[in-house]
Amino acid sequence: MPGITREEVAHLGRLARLELSGDELDHFAGQLDDIIGAVARVSEVAGEDVPPTSHPLPLTNVMRPDTVRPSLTPQQALSGAPAQEQQRFKVPQILGED
Amino acid sequence: MTDIIRLTAAQTAEKIASGELTAVEVTEAHLARIEAVDEKVHAFLHVDREGALAQARAVDAKRAAGEPLGPLAGVPLAMKDIFTTEGVPTTVGSKILEGWLPPYDSTVTKRLKAADVVILGKTNMDEFAMGSSTENSAYGPTGNPWDLTRIPGGSGGGSAAALASYQAPLALGTDTGGSIRQPAAVTGTVGVKPTYGGVSRYGMVAFSSSLDQGGPCARTVLDAALLHEAIGGHDPMDSTSIDAPVPPVVEAARSGDVRGMRIGVVKELGGEGYQAGVVQRFEESVEVLRGLGAEVVEISCPSFVYALAAYYLIAPSECSSNLARFDAMRYGMRVGDDGTRSAEDVTALTREAGFGAEVKRRIILGTYALSSGYYDAYYGSAQKVRTLITRDFEKAFESVDVLVSPTTPTTAFPLGERVDDPLAMYLVDLCTIPVNLAGNAAMSLPCGLAPEDGLPVGLQIIAPALKDDRLYRVGAAVEAAFVKKWGHPLLEEAPQL
Repeated sequence: MPGITREEVAHLGRLARLELSGDELDHFAGQLDDIIGAVARVSEVAGEDVPPTSHPLPLTNVMRPDTVRPSLTPQQALSGAPAQEQQRFKVPQILGED
Repeated sequence: MTDIIRLTAAQTAEKIASGELTAVEVTEAHLARIEAVDEKVHAFLHVDREGALAQARAVDAKRAAGEPLGPLAGVPLAMKDIFTTEGVPTTVGSKILEGWLPPYDSTVTKRLKAADVVILGKTNMDEFAMGSSTENSAYGPTGNPWDLTRIPGGSGGGSAAALASYQAPLALGTDTGGSIRQPAAVTGTVGVKPTYGGVSRYGMVAFSSSLDQGGPCARTVLDAALLHEAIGGHDPMDSTSIDAPVPPVVEAARSGDVRGMRIGVVKELGGEGYQAGVVQRFEESVEVLRGLGAEVVEISCPSFVYALAAYYLIAPSECSSNLARFDAMRYGMRVGDDGTRSAEDVTALTREAGFGAEVKRRIILGTYALSSGYYDAYYGSAQKVRTLITRDFEKAFESVDVLVSPTTPTTAFPLGERVDDPLAMYLVDLCTIPVNLAGNAAMSLPCGLAPEDGLPVGLQIIAPALKDDRLYRVGAAVEAAFVKKWGHPLLEEAPQL
């Protein structure tokens, strides 16, 4: 397996929406390289014939009747919002200027 | 006068029901204890003095009106700060949720309120439950009441420390890789990870959804059972909650009869790398079980040696996805929104400012393990190991009723010793992780002090899925035998604070 570089950590940080500092990139790159080296051993026993388990319970599509029931009021739902306007979450711009 | 704070939950409830104590007296005694010792211990992030007293007054009014009281009515509880509490701060140990007041109660919170349990406040934890020492809390570490310079375990170190320092007789935890059991082990208390799906996850802030499980923490096996029964059972608000009755845990805790039970010692969870005093106390526990009439055999679970590696791929992968919800848009912190930055930049700046180092490490690790080109080698292989571990348990439970092991390889280590050495910290969960991967049930309870350092050692008992009652049956038997041998509960040997 290839080692994990500082540039790779910066790329992963961007994918994960983390504005990592230069110090963090240096620090994490070494640590993550060690961790990945240690966990890579899972491939030793993961044969073709072993099915994966994603969840301890064999549940699929648990449904409930589609009926109206009480839920949070708009005021409650917005109560933790960093910014709001006209009963909506107010967010920074999501599209460019033009 | 009765030393109220040293009563068990069961005794407290009895005294309130009989009128010997009022719920207000009990709550006030615990609030006074918190006031007196928590500056040193730092078990609580928030104490809800007024809320607790109001709940206590309601219990006393109910009794005065002749209404029936439940088995835990008026008993105080310390709640891990991962369960939402309407109008009461819930931080998950993170700066990103500082000051957030949830608009709703978790199912567990609701059930406790319905059972007239008095919620004293919210306890300290590793940020987003990621850690084994409570040092990853954004609000500073908690001390172990046995030695305040040592870790109380984690992530639920606050809950375990609150119990061990008599600030509450009951507490709540969550266990993703050992966060209930390991703190119980290192503080000389009892902690149970129920079968996955046995206690609702609704309103429990998600870390790794296929592993996270809320459960009871207490000073005695019976108290844990009473709490387990109060919070357990099917919840339509959690699609992964099991639609089956709660196993008969209270009945099992009151029985404590292990004659004829078959008990397996897990060969892979012990030996080299384990502290001598931990091994010694564990072996004594096995002898105690033999003496009580159980049949003990050695069982091999060969895939367990891969559990830690699988866990540190699966948990970070799920966390990288779950924590995407902290986007600075709907709740929590928002940083850098000066009118010129895009939503994406504001999200990245907020997450950078709001998350601590361990949370960032795990998000990056999970993002890496799930990324195209690496998915099969890492996350895919880890899921296969999960199958192998489940098979090991299934095979073991064909020949034994429960498995036992030490809960942790060592006793509590000094604060700061492993805080910037993630791999060393991860090793703490070596014995507890297999159960989370397979989804079955396990308990940790005290089995003595390690002779070399005088610190508590935990015995882990593991049962098949939905057979949680076996934990309480075996746990109650071991507890009674040890209390008889020592002449008192282990916690009485803890230093005065």
